[in-house]
Amino acid sequence: MRKLTGAFLATLMATSIASADPVDDNLILNEETEIVTRTTAPAHLSDALDEVMSGWLFRGTETRAMQADDFDNPGMIFVEKALEAWDTAEGSEGKSCSSCHNEMDSMAGVKATYPKWNEAAGEVRTLQMQVNDCRINRMGAEAWKYDKGDAINMEAALSSVSRGLPVNVAIDGPAQSTWELGKELYYTRTGQLELSCANCHEDNYGNMIRADHLSQGQINGFPVYRLKNTKLNGAHSRFKGCIRDTRAETYSPGSAEFIALELYVASRGNGLSVEGPSVRN
Amino acid sequence: MEFTRRNAIAMGAGALLVAGLPLRASAATSDEAIAAFTGGAEVGTGDIKLTAPEIAENGNTVPIEVSSGSATEIMVLALGNPTPAVATFKFGKLAASRAASTRIRLAGTQDLVAIAKLEDGSFVQASSTVKVTIGGCGG
Amino acid sequence: MASGVKPRVKVPKKATAGEAITIKTLISHKMESGQRKDDDGNAIPRSIINRFTCDFNGENVVDVKMEPAISTNPYFEFEALVPEAGEFKFTWYDDDGSVYEETKSIAIG
Repeated sequence: MRKLTGAFLATLMATSIASADPVDDNLILNEETEIVTRTTAPAHLSDALDEVMSGWLFRGTETRAMQADDFDNPGMIFVEKALEAWDTAEGSEGKSCSSCHNEMDSMAGVKATYPKWNEAAGEVRTLQMQVNDCRINRMGAEAWKYDKGDAINMEAALSSVSRGLPVNVAIDGPAQSTWELGKELYYTRTGQLELSCANCHEDNYGNMIRADHLSQGQINGFPVYRLKNTKLNGAHSRFKGCIRDTRAETYSPGSAEFIALELYVASRGNGLSVEGPSVRN
Repeated sequence: MEFTRRNAIAMGAGALLVAGLPLRASAATSDEAIAAFTGGAEVGTGDIKLTAPEIAENGNTVPIEVSSGSATEIMVLALGNPTPAVATFKFGKLAASRAASTRIRLAGTQDLVAIAKLEDGSFVQASSTVKVTIGGCGG
Repeated sequence: MASGVKPRVKVPKKATAGEAITIKTLISHKMESGQRKDDDGNAIPRSIINRFTCDFNGENVVDVKMEPAISTNPYFEFEALVPEAGEFKFTWYDDDGSVYEETKSIAIG
């Protein structure tokens, strides 16, 4: 069975009409912030890839242009919503995020290092998990649902102030075992279609799969405003969708598997600039 | 009335016509929309430009631009959409150019048409075929 | 009033008298086309913004009749003449009767 589906996949790839290289273009936000969309692959990846590339390079002209200006980028509407929430007191302690964290601008650099190990909690945390920890323990407010409106808007806002800074997640030390789990998941074939993340995003980026131009599957641009559903989408939701597309039972946003996968996939983009909220198809 | 074979065939053909209507409805509505806009006047080519991508990244959000040197009004129609009307731009006194950009939804690969009513009362049109791809693995 | 509807406009802070400036507008609105069906198979009724206008000191710049084919979060870009200092007024009209407004001043200099 495995051989059959492998052959099927090979046929699919071979008969697909186009192989379109990523474009040669530079992303400068608002005519001032330079975004690194191509760079040498990080050391841990050097035997698999020479260069890592942002998903921006795999999209069409108009889509790329939409991201280059904060007014044209519809993802920024959601960032504005989060900026309002940032200043809004909530929960039993009567605090807002800004009560402790001051201006959102001061959070520059945070998104670039997430997911990361939290010593006190003894676990690797994603940014949404950390936000919820603050909400529950410091604000006395309720946790936000993973990847849903409020949570994803806030992640986009936190990402927006880190744009242009290099992604830099730690893969060693206490985070290492989580990273190893993520790596294992990345290379494991799943589903009726028996596809792993690597089959498409490492072995076939640049090729077309049906009407889609395959990227390297980097997540430096998450949360993503997708033209397809005209809203922000989180990395875990995308992982869930990809796994569902291989026709497998998928994990849930916020699950241990996806936390590990997010850490690993983020590390594959170490060196690229934080880009979220980005615009994709 | 007597139910003759002729009647039966006529009724059958009528039923087929009704069944075939949805395919025609789009064309009929575009023709009606155009007729309402132009008052039945002839539509030529000339001072109207329609910019749309050759291949839309996603049919849900397709950026387009219409521009003209002397249009007072520009109507945009998507001939393959369930309802072809997209937008009608009326330029006022303080419009610096007779041009506008927006983002639209296209249900599938189709022709996009922009018809302009020029200052001199004449009508011109431009069209563009936009390929809309559906599905891939992007879910 | 549809919930979460927020207008945004981009207008330069000043211009020289008679200059043509670029204006961009965006409003967060679902633009429910009337074509979608809910989980039970029933059509979700149309609910869109059907008209957008921009005026400057009471004089019209552009008036757009909008149909369901305009994407979610309607976006417009156009150019306006600025004969003198004054105020741009942007108005969006919702199917449900709501009217959303935004104003932006511009100086001459």
